[in-house]
Amino acid sequence: MKVRVVEDALDANNTIARANREDFDRAGVTVVNLMSAPGAGKTALLERVLADTAGVRVGVLEGDVEGSLDAERLARLHVPVVQINTGAGFGGECHLDANMVRSAIGSLALDEIDLLVIENVGNLVCPAEFRVGEDVRAMVCSVAEGDDKPLKYPLMFRACELAIVNKIDLLEHVDADLQKLLANLQSAHPGIATMLCSARTGEGIDALRAWLLGLVRARASV
Amino acid sequence: MHELSVAAAVLDIAQRHAAGRRVVAIELHVGHLRQVVPDSLTRAFELLTHGTALDGTELRITQVPVRGRCLSCGACSELEQLPLDCPVCGSADVELIAGEELLVQSLELEEESCTA
Repeated sequence: MKVRVVEDALDANNTIARANREDFDRAGVTVVNLMSAPGAGKTALLERVLADTAGVRVGVLEGDVEGSLDAERLARLHVPVVQINTGAGFGGECHLDANMVRSAIGSLALDEIDLLVIENVGNLVCPAEFRVGEDVRAMVCSVAEGDDKPLKYPLMFRACELAIVNKIDLLEHVDADLQKLLANLQSAHPGIATMLCSARTGEGIDALRAWLLGLVRARASV
Repeated sequence: MHELSVAAAVLDIAQRHAAGRRVVAIELHVGHLRQVVPDSLTRAFELLTHGTALDGTELRITQVPVRGRCLSCGACSELEQLPLDCPVCGSADVELIAGEELLVQSLELEEESCTA
């Protein structure tokens, strides 16, 4: 006997993501899911950007398989940071899913922040599959990874509204061609917004900060 | 390796719809744009079902090619590589109509034997 189902395999995750989103909305918190390959510079960019948040109250949810090295780096900026380790109780998963974020919501003082940045586990494949209740998805791709990554991992690039091209100070030392990278980004995701940054030199950081804090202001003015 | 999470989610859906009946097979549609590896998914599914009521259930994976409708010329075409431009007129203004799905399509359940 054949039974027709036609149900998205990730429906359960998406249902929990919607519940997270409702909690965030109720508290008036804008949520950004920040993703990238390991070592692309998510934490370094956040260190730069969150050093001055112009009065916007920012919290960070830090996802890693093990340890709290990144959380400790960000906590030095006196930003509230909650660590999720996917190695502890979540089977060493290579991504955050809605349920993991849900389990951390209780530890976040949502009433005391305006913006929550979820720094996902470094991985260019899996995090793109799982919505966590975010308003916006953004990713960091560093020029050191090469200019072909948008064509090799299109799902991640298609899932994000913004691609932050990091480590542009290394352009003269690596083989990546910036124009080719930008063209490949548009091939994978026509219309994706891009931003050129260097967490090391500070180039582009003001624009990134303006974009991030602008998400909160855009919401406040609705 | 998110195939384990996907397999667990598929398993939950199958168990809910089967409501205790034996599941012979699960038909899953995986769009080509989803980064799900069929072999890994099958292996993860076997691991999760081993020793359970769904041990031996077959996971039938159908890979769905990417298809788009061109908003400029109206052609519906299979899109084989990035960029996902219309192969007829070259426009980038293409609406995807298939290739992004990850759907539990149907279950094949064992016929209930009528012994009464």
